[in-house]
Amino acid sequence: MSTPDITADAPPKGVKRPGDRIFTGLATGSGIAILTVLAGVATFLIVKAWPAITAGSDEIKGDGGLIAYIAPLAFGTVLGSLIAIVIAVPMAMAVSLFISHYAPRRLAQPLSYVVDLLAAIPSVVYGLWGIAVLGPAAVSLHAWLADNLGFIPLFSGPPSVTGRTMLVVGVVLAVMILPIITAITREVYSQTPRKQIEGALALGATRWEMIRMTVLPFGRSGLIGGAMLGLGRALGETMAVTIILSATGTVTFDLISSDNPSTIAANIALDFPESSGLDVNVLIASGLALFAITLVVNMIARTVIVRTEKASR
Amino acid sequence: MSSSRDDQTTPTHAPPVPDDQQQGAGPDQPGAAGDRAADRGAAAAPPATGGARPATTGPRPTATAAAVGGPTDGVVAPMRPITTGSLPRLAPWLVTAAVSAVALALILADVLAPGVGAVAAAIASGLVVYGWSRAVEGPRRALDRGVTFAVAGTFLVAITPLASLLYTVVSRGLPRFDTAFFTESGRNVVGAGGGAEHAIVGTLIITGAATLISVPIGIMAAIYLQEYGKGRLKAALTFFVDVMTGIPSIVAGLFAFALFSIFFGPGVRMGIMGAVALSVLMIPIVVRSTEEMLKIVPQHLREASYALGVPKWRTILKVVLPTALAGIVTGVMVAIARVMGETAPLLITTGVLSSTNTDPFDGRMHSLPVYAYNQYKFPGVDKQAFIDRAWAAALTLILIVMLLNVIARLIYRRYGTEIR
Repeated sequence: MSTPDITADAPPKGVKRPGDRIFTGLATGSGIAILTVLAGVATFLIVKAWPAITAGSDEIKGDGGLIAYIAPLAFGTVLGSLIAIVIAVPMAMAVSLFISHYAPRRLAQPLSYVVDLLAAIPSVVYGLWGIAVLGPAAVSLHAWLADNLGFIPLFSGPPSVTGRTMLVVGVVLAVMILPIITAITREVYSQTPRKQIEGALALGATRWEMIRMTVLPFGRSGLIGGAMLGLGRALGETMAVTIILSATGTVTFDLISSDNPSTIAANIALDFPESSGLDVNVLIASGLALFAITLVVNMIARTVIVRTEKASR
Repeated sequence: MSSSRDDQTTPTHAPPVPDDQQQGAGPDQPGAAGDRAADRGAAAAPPATGGARPATTGPRPTATAAAVGGPTDGVVAPMRPITTGSLPRLAPWLVTAAVSAVALALILADVLAPGVGAVAAAIASGLVVYGWSRAVEGPRRALDRGVTFAVAGTFLVAITPLASLLYTVVSRGLPRFDTAFFTESGRNVVGAGGGAEHAIVGTLIITGAATLISVPIGIMAAIYLQEYGKGRLKAALTFFVDVMTGIPSIVAGLFAFALFSIFFGPGVRMGIMGAVALSVLMIPIVVRSTEEMLKIVPQHLREASYALGVPKWRTILKVVLPTALAGIVTGVMVAIARVMGETAPLLITTGVLSSTNTDPFDGRMHSLPVYAYNQYKFPGVDKQAFIDRAWAAALTLILIVMLLNVIARLIYRRYGTEIR
């Protein structure tokens, strides 16, 4: 278009063969199909949740209306995920630093495989492990927390004797999201500019001072993005919570008693197989809420990560 | 020049400089500066190497410049020692070994519980090394050593659950990890016996169907992103594929249920529903890994193909995809492993069934993760038999998932590296 008049019979800009057309169409179509699926998830959930949204408050289980039904579940979801994040983020920092800056270089690759294996284990297995091993092992810790730190509302007790508590759920969730956060932070930490690292070391910084001055500031937004990603995963995690938590639906900050708020996902997994009629729509409405929460969290996480990647280029 | 000025200020600046060091302070002469450096070296560092270095390197201009800069340090040095002693190289290991031995003794003597003992030993060794280093090497080195301990210790703590989990699953799964488990279904089983054949078949069918749906769409979308995409659509697709990886699995299940229940009525349960739900989770993983692999196919391969007059679509099919094949296969296998263990979406879409069903379009279908959950959550009269089967199912699941991961890595290592 912009190169006229050089030769009268300039060859056509590109030959559009049928094969090319079909292939381009397939590729573009697949891309659009994925966006459609994502839109479809939202659409179908809204369609099936609509009866519950428009239903009168007395028709919903618990007689308080939809909001009153979902709110305690959302509280439990957020509470469990926050415990997980509080535990997992410092650990992910340490694990990433260990792999990227402390471990011998030859060990770094195998070690990161081992951390990735944590992500490969199915959540139902985490659940079984949590209720059979970690829960019972944590009972004495629960008692100790109640005795010695009972003045903190989080540990007011009475301590559970089975270990099926929010605290154990949070720990299991932390283990599950650790590899997700680590994958991001490890990447960012290992991209710290070589010059900054060597400059710091040349000025006589010890390894920790070098890390504090170069690696950690450089990786801060990556860490935030990774943490948000982990948060998104923890919010939606279902089976581990379903199996481990002894949920009574109470809204409480007490992490170590056997009265625990349930989570949205666990509540769906527990109630869905036996539900019918409007109850199904109510559960789907709660799933819609979960979808909205995780979508927002993930979008923030991805925006942060994309910005980090651009900045480090 | 600067060094002479430094020397003039020396007396007022730093009186406590020992006499023997000031004696050698002839200004501006390389040799003298070298001597000065030699003195410093002898005073500060371990004698043999520190003392010898300036003598050999002194004459070279660059080294001289460095040595001339030296007097400034020499002036400050007496006020605060430049270097300090250092711990023996093996000190942290020796301390850890000693403290661990004490902890082990206490554990064996039943004074400490094993878990408490391990944690206490780690913290104690860290503190001992920190204290020792602080006394000998000063606070900065001590903090560095302390942090090293904390980081390595945290890594071990992070790995502990993996070890514990693997040990638990293997030790509790083995009792029922027998032939019957793989050849018999759960039909008419009330107590002990029976197996998970129906669940394994179900898992294979559902995962296979999900793979059939996801892989073509995922790979084509990745091709679009890498080879064709531009502008808004590409940006949107990249972003939302990433966001999609974060969709909770139970929401994917609800989506499949909502979709099918509109057409088939509210109580619908089918294997294919599970496959659709798993596809929602699988597609973004396939897209991301395939895209990464297409990215590292060298541009000159494509250009060579275009130069031969090969159309773009044939270039992609015959040059780009084969080059990236190992990586793509690896990505697909990892994706399969990831969705194979998903429980929640299958729980609400395919339901539970105790006999074998091989038709994904007809009625309920069992699957291995749901089987594990169900056996554990709703045990019958002979409780232990159900729990044993649950652990055996968990063991089978972990074995399949790990095997897929390991094979994927091997494929990539064997065939995928030459791309780079």
